[in-house]
Amino acid sequence: MAITRKDVEYIANLSRLTISDVEIEEYTKQLSEILEHVNRLQKINTDNIEPMSYAVEIKNIYRDDINEPSIDRKKVLDAAPITEKNCFKVPKII
Amino acid sequence: MELYYETIENLHSMLISKKIKPKDILDDVFKRIDTIDPKIKAYILYTKELAYKMAEEVENRIMKNENITELTGIPIGIKDNMVLEGFQTTCAARMLENYKPPYTATVLKKLKIAGAVFTGKLNMDEYAFGSSTENSGFFPTHNPWDLSRVPGGSSGGSAAAVAAGMCIAALGSDTGGSIKQPAALCGVTGLKPTYGRVSRFGLVAFGSSLDQIGPITWTAKDNAIILKYIAGHDKNDSTSVNLNVPDYYKNINIDVKGLRIGLPDEYFIEGIDNDVKQKVLDAVKLFEKNGAIIKRINLPHTEYAIDVYYVIATAEASSNLARFDGVQYGLRDFEADNTIDMYKRSRQKGFGKETKRRIMLGTYVLSSGYYEAYYKKAQKVRRLIKNDFDNAFKEVDIIITPTSPTTAFKIGEKVNDPLTMYLSDIFTIAPNLAGLPAISICCGFDKNNLPIGLQIIGKHFSEQDILNASAFFQENTDYHRKKPVIL
Repeated sequence: MAITRKDVEYIANLSRLTISDVEIEEYTKQLSEILEHVNRLQKINTDNIEPMSYAVEIKNIYRDDINEPSIDRKKVLDAAPITEKNCFKVPKII
Repeated sequence: MELYYETIENLHSMLISKKIKPKDILDDVFKRIDTIDPKIKAYILYTKELAYKMAEEVENRIMKNENITELTGIPIGIKDNMVLEGFQTTCAARMLENYKPPYTATVLKKLKIAGAVFTGKLNMDEYAFGSSTENSGFFPTHNPWDLSRVPGGSSGGSAAAVAAGMCIAALGSDTGGSIKQPAALCGVTGLKPTYGRVSRFGLVAFGSSLDQIGPITWTAKDNAIILKYIAGHDKNDSTSVNLNVPDYYKNINIDVKGLRIGLPDEYFIEGIDNDVKQKVLDAVKLFEKNGAIIKRINLPHTEYAIDVYYVIATAEASSNLARFDGVQYGLRDFEADNTIDMYKRSRQKGFGKETKRRIMLGTYVLSSGYYEAYYKKAQKVRRLIKNDFDNAFKEVDIIITPTSPTTAFKIGEKVNDPLTMYLSDIFTIAPNLAGLPAISICCGFDKNNLPIGLQIIGKHFSEQDILNASAFFQENTDYHRKKPVIL
């Protein structure tokens, strides 16, 4: 199943990436090649095989609900590109 | 005396017998860094001031004979995807060039408690996406055995730094082979523990069902020392397993009599270097001569591991990297006047080519209409791959394979051909998908004097078995003592 330019533009948008025409060209070719390789999986019989999410089977890990100090707010905000009044600042949304 | 090429074991005995001080080791290591790193470029950040401060603190411990471990005073380098509070943690990504994390990774806290000294942050492929460290957003790292070649990846900085004597040991992280493959290409010893053995808290996530942190050192015994201090359950990583941590170092047993070793047919195929194949088989003979039982085994789904991996790992990566949106940390584009544009422009500016390629591939296989055909299918075949290993381990104790099909390749050779690059991980990916522990040790050199890596795979949580087998091999050979001549 070959990937088209339109597919790449669609995925780029879903991925929240702005990509150039040159990149679209390049990614169309490379992603097609990779997916063609991956398509070999289709010929394997996986009837009645459970999908595996983790190699070491783990389920619903619980811990006690205990209050603990979290990371200092100032330290977290210091790592942000821009803040205002103890909040992360973003462009106007509404 | 050159301390920078000593093992942790030797340095420890010199430290506790007061022949040397922690500062002496650091002096030697930083002198080495000053002369060698301009050629290798393994480090993104030197934490020299911190290192000397840590060395001074542990010197007091040694003087008072308090809280001394085998790691007390040992200089360790850190792959730059583990957060250290107050010090830039970049993942070798432009996106995080100025990021100073507000907390410290569990593994680093544990190493600090053990008394280790941090020399700096080491180069890698951006976000650990790559097999050559050429995808670093800053600069490529060079292989100490031949500067025109790659050190492997993604923990290329970690492996090269150890191989060049620019730290005594290093931490790497491994998703599809990122500790084992660079360890192989740089002629050092690198271990990927069982999934869940070591906490991932504070490791910038790539493929969350695969990522593990592990040590890179010259010897298996040194590896065992580090593993015993970093392994264990962490309430901040619910996938870390609550199992007792053995003293891997004290428990080392090099008797291989009766050890059942599996050689999978699927790993000795056309296309691997002759020298690689020959040296690995020679190594197997050494085990056999000393009483091990060699069995040919089959892992029939091996050839599909690479496909499964590139679906699952990119799917997880695309989801993990959604957090880089220019809001809470990292690069922000200030030109955009709405949030969607801000996300897109910040991500476009901050991400390198391979990162974008993987995000797009991962987004595609998770997208509506393709999820069943790709992602779910890959998860099912992943189980078949794990079943192959489960069956094999009914008959054998450990499995031996080459770590990588070739020795170190030239810088630039594969960089524009992602598929060929991906194939350099074909032997390390399958055990990772199955969550198994595996180690790479040096088992010889090819005709160009480049190191060859041998991979030993164990059952879940049987790190001791693969460390024992590695220690046996190193007890009987000298490959791990050979050092590169850096020109």
